[in-house]
Amino acid sequence: MTTVADQPSTTAVKPASMAQALQRALRDALAADPAVHVMGEDVGALGGVFRITDGLAKEFGEDRCTDTPLAEAGILGAAVGMAMYGLRPVVEMQFDAFAYPAFEQLISHVARMRNRTKGAMPLPITIRVPYGGGIGGVEHHSDSSEAYYMATPGLHVVTPATVADAYGLLRASIASDDPVVFLEPKRLYWSKDSWNPDAPSTVEPIGRAVVRRTGRSATLITYGPSVPVCMEAAEAAREEGWDLEVVDLRSLVPFDDATVCESVRRTGRAVVVHESGGFGGPGSEIAARVTERCFHHLQAPVLRVAGFDIPYPPPMLERHHLPGVDRILDAVARLQWEGDS
Amino acid sequence: MKNHSPVMEQRGTLSPSPPPAWTPRTDPAPLLPDPRPYRVLGTDAAEKADPALLLELYDQLVRGRRYNAQATALTRQGRLAVYPSSTGQEACEVAAALALEERDWLFPSYRDTLAAVARGLEPVQALTLLRGDWHTGYDPHEHRIAPLCTPLATQLPHAVGLAHAARLKGDDVVALAMVGDGGTSEGDFHEALNFAAVWQAPVVFLVQNNGFAISVPLAKQTAAPSLAHKAVGYGMPGRLVDGNDAAAVYEVIGDAVRHARAGGGPTLVEAVTYRIEAHTNADDATRYRGAGEVEAWRAHDPITLLERELTERGLLDDARRQSAYDAAEALAAELRDRMNEEPVLDPMDLFTHVYAEQTTQLREQAAQLRAELEAEAER
Repeated sequence: MTTVADQPSTTAVKPASMAQALQRALRDALAADPAVHVMGEDVGALGGVFRITDGLAKEFGEDRCTDTPLAEAGILGAAVGMAMYGLRPVVEMQFDAFAYPAFEQLISHVARMRNRTKGAMPLPITIRVPYGGGIGGVEHHSDSSEAYYMATPGLHVVTPATVADAYGLLRASIASDDPVVFLEPKRLYWSKDSWNPDAPSTVEPIGRAVVRRTGRSATLITYGPSVPVCMEAAEAAREEGWDLEVVDLRSLVPFDDATVCESVRRTGRAVVVHESGGFGGPGSEIAARVTERCFHHLQAPVLRVAGFDIPYPPPMLERHHLPGVDRILDAVARLQWEGDS
Repeated sequence: MKNHSPVMEQRGTLSPSPPPAWTPRTDPAPLLPDPRPYRVLGTDAAEKADPALLLELYDQLVRGRRYNAQATALTRQGRLAVYPSSTGQEACEVAAALALEERDWLFPSYRDTLAAVARGLEPVQALTLLRGDWHTGYDPHEHRIAPLCTPLATQLPHAVGLAHAARLKGDDVVALAMVGDGGTSEGDFHEALNFAAVWQAPVVFLVQNNGFAISVPLAKQTAAPSLAHKAVGYGMPGRLVDGNDAAAVYEVIGDAVRHARAGGGPTLVEAVTYRIEAHTNADDATRYRGAGEVEAWRAHDPITLLERELTERGLLDDARRQSAYDAAEALAAELRDRMNEEPVLDPMDLFTHVYAEQTTQLREQAAQLRAELEAEAER
């Protein structure tokens, strides 16, 4: 992926996968801070079902990378207690939909312990959640659950779309004194990018969006697994004469109004793209924010290209559900261009 | 060779000896609770009890009873939004606090403000949640008391995690987590006990079985022989104790705490007691239980039981008794005075402790509220 944000590196870069970058981030975090503890289901000998924690138990010991009993509320609840005692737990939820049993711990405790205690007891917990579809997963393995997390004050919600961001944002999340829901787009785990694992990129601050592709015609606002789709759509749009800008949010909470609005004010048109359902989804909030802030710069209503408002479909039908290039271009075409009747 | 399944082909290469015989992971016998709640007061065991300890328990029980009465009175005066009383359960509350060392951690539920006060927390701070001026009125690190927990049993996994973390750091810290009989039906109870046992975390789970989850009696909550029996399924000892016998509760919890500190792992203690008052001041207990039942339990009152023991042993005369009641009265008077002061509230605090750094969105919303407050002040 060619991106505006990528800086030419002085050292040797080679193709690395997002999975490798995430593993490296965990490894570096464990090495840098003895308070960091990785825990979850199958994270030890197996290295996690996606192998993100591969080798960590061997390198750092089972006390630092712990196979827990199979109980998500217990995992996150125990992580709360560990954080109360000064540790910095990094919890792995095996799949998006398997994180739901931990919601009470997340919403009633993780998100608000700082607030409940007037700042006396912050909880620096990172909750890694593989999310989203497109991998042919059967039921309960492909949810886009970000709207639930976004709607819970006290949480940061972060999701990388590039190999370099996977490293930088995960390091930043683990270093954060606030709880972070770190959503890993599982269909990008094996996406490769030029990245130098021997000189990992800088740690990105949480909460800053990035312009992945500059353009003048319209802005595609997106994140996580939909970023490569939008980049592809932007490339295809050139044939139609549209020069699309792509903003990768990287962080849903905090939300970077400044970067998004700067782009939309410049282009005058915007489409929000995500896999999550549209009704009450992240795009609802984003479209509202953009409209409230950029109304007089807009040439057309802010449109959304989202997953349908249905339970996640079975794998043989999921391609109809996921926002693809055509659906994005159809939305772009509806942005009231000059000459439209 | 066609139609041979892979399994058929492997058959000849499999070892002829059977797999190792199944054996239980843990011998269940020593984990089983006593068939009847353990008692000290009024038994031979009482003679071995330290008189100074019994008197300290007595002072704390009398103080606790008065504290409960005062807090309930404060709800009627509108000074507390709500108060879930632990009247009748003071022995559990007090023993839990006294059985812990200073470095240990207490994980109370919303009904356990008395345990927090007995551990040294200022009553006004303990009651902040119930007054409603903030959620947690104290820094948990100061007395090592976790925030009072309202969602049932959800603080139990926290106790496990904290105890586990302490052990990883090499600190001999024990966590005591308090829950009610209703809370044992929650999933977090199960997960916490299982994690604690698997990790051999230094945790003591104290279940105050006070007979009711608001209105629902224990028979509708569980079919287990006792709540203490649940421990066996997790591979930890279960202990059944008379929750109105302060000396017995103190001894059982103390043993469990020492066992945990020595690396013996967690214990589940069921203290059988009774909630004399309604669930809270907002509840009407006459809808689900008879007065006769309450009266029967009043006859087994924790203060009465201990007073009888102390009097029979000549440890409590009228003057000593009076001094306990005077001290309790002083606590109540101070609580009353302090709670009659209007709390100082700063609405801007609403935005201060959501994140380490305020987000742009919260800064905007804080500015909005500030403007509203300024406009309000000018009116």
